[in-house]
Amino acid sequence: MEIFKIVLLLLLIVCAVSAAFSRRLLASVIIFMAYSLIMSITWILLESPDLAITEAAVGAGVSGILFLMTLKKIKRTGNDNKDENQ
Amino acid sequence: MTIKMKISDRLKRWLEESPDLLEDAGLISEERDLPREVARREQHDSDRILSEGARSFDRKKFRTAYGILAAVAAVILIGVLLTTVAALPRYGVENERMDEVADYYIEHALEDTGAVNIVAGMILDYRAFDTLGESFVLFTALNCVLILLRRDEPEEEGDDDYYDLTHDNILRKVGLVVIPSVILFGFYVMLNGHLSPGGGFSGGAVVGAGLILLSVAFGDAVSARVITEKGFRIVSGAALGFYCLAKSYSFYTGANHLESVVPLGTPGSIFSAGLILPLDIAVGIVVSLTMYGIYRMFRKGSLL
Repeated sequence: MEIFKIVLLLLLIVCAVSAAFSRRLLASVIIFMAYSLIMSITWILLESPDLAITEAAVGAGVSGILFLMTLKKIKRTGNDNKDENQ
Repeated sequence: MTIKMKISDRLKRWLEESPDLLEDAGLISEERDLPREVARREQHDSDRILSEGARSFDRKKFRTAYGILAAVAAVILIGVLLTTVAALPRYGVENERMDEVADYYIEHALEDTGAVNIVAGMILDYRAFDTLGESFVLFTALNCVLILLRRDEPEEEGDDDYYDLTHDNILRKVGLVVIPSVILFGFYVMLNGHLSPGGGFSGGAVVGAGLILLSVAFGDAVSARVITEKGFRIVSGAALGFYCLAKSYSFYTGANHLESVVPLGTPGSIFSAGLILPLDIAVGIVVSLTMYGIYRMFRKGSLL
């Protein structure tokens, strides 16, 4: 269990840093959602399941969707059929 | 006086859609050593006076200074935070002085609030004022999104097609199974807030995510059947109003040591814990509608 926790925390740091430094915005958003998922597992390990539910729903779900919507609005999802968008 | 002049100048330039206000601000801060008059005049038509070379040179200096100052500020902030963390009591270790409030909650929450879930007793009874503020923060955020993203004329057709997922068979079939369970689980969490982990905010967030999924997978026609714009306004306004009234009542009775007309009931049954259950429902409604509303504003520019 101790090792699992350490792995989770390391993953958390990796996700946080790579979400900030990733060049592609879409990848950043997906890494951010993964961060929230790991965070929610961490909340369960810290014995606060209510926070885990909220983190999973808001962090990994809704805010990720809002980021994706914004990327869509500014046409930066990184797809290669730009002609279809215009 | 000078500051006023500056602001009015900058406002005027902003109105004239002059680009690079930030950059100009950087330049202005570099020109502190110049006499005021000159600075003001130069600022007034800096675009004309400053040549491109001087501009880029100042910008480079500004960038360097900015980088150094940012690094220093970051190091100071990291130092302060790390010292604070080091001074905190160890995680999970008994601490007489720090645990006083927590111990009070653990010992008295059940008889004071009637909630088996002590966390619900704290956030919706002892500290319900906080939760009211949080609900209003969410509501205000929704209103800001409404103001910023509202569009009166509908978006031109065809712009959305590439991302329109309503014809996606996999999403629809999976949605048929997943959406009811998500929304049902959300309501379960919301209604059992005083008995098990969760509560209004968590449950509302889950329900909101389910509503968003519904709208993505099945399109406007189906989601309009669940909630309309008018219903949205009435329901969320009523939920917030109910929260205010119910909480004012419980503050009134609590402050005057009166017996509340809402019985605490048997701890552990679904109708117990006084006002916590209805408050949970109100918070859940506000949160779920806000999530869904923000999504709709991002997507379509209108609530419906």
